[in-house]
Amino acid sequence: MNIGTRKILDRSFTAVGIGSIVVMAVALMIVVVPIITNGIGAVFFTGTVEHRKMLFSEFKRGDSENLSSEVASSDRYRAKVYGMLTGFEAELETMAPEKKAEYKAKYSEVKAALQALLGPFPGDPAPMLTRFKYGQTRWEKAEEKLHDLLYESKWDNSNPDVMAKEYFVSRAIGFQGTSLVKLFPYVKDNMEKLLLPEFTFYWGFITDSSVDSHFFGGIWPEIQGTFFLAVGAMLFAFPLGVVAAVYFTEYARPGFLNSMLRSANSTLAGVPSIVFGMFGLAFFINTLKVSESKSVIAGALTLAIMILPTIIRAAEEAILAVPKTYREASLSLGSTKWNTIATVILPAALPGIITGGIISLGRAAGETAPIIFTAAVSVGSAIGLADVFSSPTPALSWNIYNLASEHEAAAQIRHVQYGMVLALVSIVLMLNLSAIVLRARISKKLKG
Amino acid sequence: MDARESSGSAPAQKATRDMYLPPERKKIADGGTAHISAKEFSVYYGEFEAVKRVSADILSKYVTAIIGPSGCGKSTFLRSINRMNDLIPSCHTTGALLFDGQDVYGKFTDEVLLRKKVGMVFQKPNPFPKSIFDNIAYGPRLHGVNDKKKLMEIVERSLKKAAIWDEVCDRLDKNALGLSGGQQQRLCVARTLAVEPEVLLLDEPTSALDPKATAKIEDLIQELRGSYTIMIVTHNMQQASRVSDSTMFFYEGVLVEHASTAQLFTNPKDPMTEDYITGRFS
Ligand SMILES: Nc1ncnc2c1ncn2[C@@H]1O[C@H](COP(=O)(O)OP(=O)(O)OP(=O)(O)O)[C@@H](O)[C@H]1O
Ligand SMILES: [Mg+2]
Repeated sequence: MNIGTRKILDRSFTAVGIGSIVVMAVALMIVVVPIITNGIGAVFFTGTVEHRKMLFSEFKRGDSENLSSEVASSDRYRAKVYGMLTGFEAELETMAPEKKAEYKAKYSEVKAALQALLGPFPGDPAPMLTRFKYGQTRWEKAEEKLHDLLYESKWDNSNPDVMAKEYFVSRAIGFQGTSLVKLFPYVKDNMEKLLLPEFTFYWGFITDSSVDSHFFGGIWPEIQGTFFLAVGAMLFAFPLGVVAAVYFTEYARPGFLNSMLRSANSTLAGVPSIVFGMFGLAFFINTLKVSESKSVIAGALTLAIMILPTIIRAAEEAILAVPKTYREASLSLGSTKWNTIATVILPAALPGIITGGIISLGRAAGETAPIIFTAAVSVGSAIGLADVFSSPTPALSWNIYNLASEHEAAAQIRHVQYGMVLALVSIVLMLNLSAIVLRARISKKLKG
Repeated sequence: MDARESSGSAPAQKATRDMYLPPERKKIADGGTAHISAKEFSVYYGEFEAVKRVSADILSKYVTAIIGPSGCGKSTFLRSINRMNDLIPSCHTTGALLFDGQDVYGKFTDEVLLRKKVGMVFQKPNPFPKSIFDNIAYGPRLHGVNDKKKLMEIVERSLKKAAIWDEVCDRLDKNALGLSGGQQQRLCVARTLAVEPEVLLLDEPTSALDPKATAKIEDLIQELRGSYTIMIVTHNMQQASRVSDSTMFFYEGVLVEHASTAQLFTNPKDPMTEDYITGRFS
């Protein structure tokens, strides 16, 4: 090949390489940036007085004097709103029956929208569900509810050939000529006075339990559950995996059984995680009866089986990568085989073994399918260490799925879901980072 | 020709060697007994016979050099003495190899104990990825020395014997892989000495060293002669004649000639030996 073509080939390869790295970086940005910006919103946001009320009565957090003065100030403005309502109700009584019926239907919609925005009306009986005990706690949600109050949503079905289109009609127009018409501009103009928005740093999102299935509060039970499951899985899988790897590399005689075991191990690494989930249910819960029903221990065991092949493979590779000369040196000094493994081979293989272990730990933390049937519940409080043998736990991976697809009010609490995603991504990222740091440290120590 | 004929029985060999020994070495020779003796000893890699029916006596507290062209089985023979070949699954032996009169490959031989008595320095330096101190202390710790002061004594003594103490005494806690190749090789010698073996097997210990470091290793061998049984594989004829008392010449797995170094280099019996030591050999 002549030098010209060779140079062109070299350059085009460089270009392709750089190109693919750029594409990867952009894809990563597209994925990671929304995760971070949305997830941060669960902790840093503009909170309303309702949020502070909620924190005080559900978590006993906040300054009671400050809060009562805030509540008093917002109540002054709210009193006016409620005054308008009672005024209109009195007006309703004076109306002709058909007119009254027509307005009544519209009025109850307005009332519902106001209730969603500001919380239950004074004098109403306290609602059963915590989510109805407070108005909008987040400013951006309050603005959505304001829109609901000001406009009625209608669907345009006039053209059967295209999909129905949503359009909005001002509610104020519907109440033209009544006293209620003043309510709409009043609420719109005094939103800030009514809800007192304030920049909020809600660190409790990490450390609080959830209230009323994630409507309020934080994700500590999920974080703790994820931690228990992942660490529990490691406690089983790591020692077992390293021992198996030592057996495969140091003790097993090459032969039919050995190669069967190895290929079984490789195959296991490729089995879909949902299969492990079913297996966990069938084996650990139904057959072995490690617990009555779902429990942390059953989930951890299932995850352990799932990550075991990866740990074995990583440990095997790491052990095989230890130079043969170390083994020779140790044995020639009169060391036993076992002692050689413990004092020379395993320490030298440690960086690789640990990397494999921590990557598996990240995988155990992130997998959903294996814990669906064995350990996860959608709502629950943080469990104590003593309960891991009997009780199930919420966990980040499963609750993200649950909030996204099965929660009855998924759209209301997107921020919680994003917060969970960010928490999970951070945990996995931190684990991987610690693997890199640990590996670098040990390698440096080994290399001198 | 029959190569095996030239390697005689122990008493006969003692006589020949004594004839050519310098006077100051003669007194040691009086106590000379076979420390290691091979009888029709063969080593196979699978079907391939790498060492062929070797019979020889390696005398106690003497330096024996092993020479021969590349691939003639020098390392294989050396490694079979402390059973390092056990690590190679296809490797097996026939005949007898005795150490202190005991069969090395006997059913009841404890190879761990054997290796403690028969130390080895490998062709390529192979320090552990641990500190210099831990490298030297590895063997003694293995054999039950845990007292810090005693370990330190052993480390210092071994490093001094291997002529590397001055270079490393101020960085014993540093990783041994940070040393130069020559320093590493001497460290490995020190590590082997720290176990206080009876036999030292040196497989081309100076092949990777510069002349200065080579001289240091040779000085060390001179110093140790008389207190250890030493076997050294070398491709360097001058080295063999400088440091050894007797020399074995291997060719294609066969022990062609085994005689006192002085005799083998001045008056070889076998024409092949002569060809090899005079460099007329390819
Ligand atoms: N692990 C092994 N498996 C199979 N054959 C081997 C193995 N090790 C060595 N041999 C063969 O055995 C013969 C002797 O090898 P050995 O290493 O003992 O030679 P040597 O004399 O030490 O050579 P050199 O001077 O190059 O080190 C060679 O033909 C070699 O190819
Ligand atoms: Mg060799």
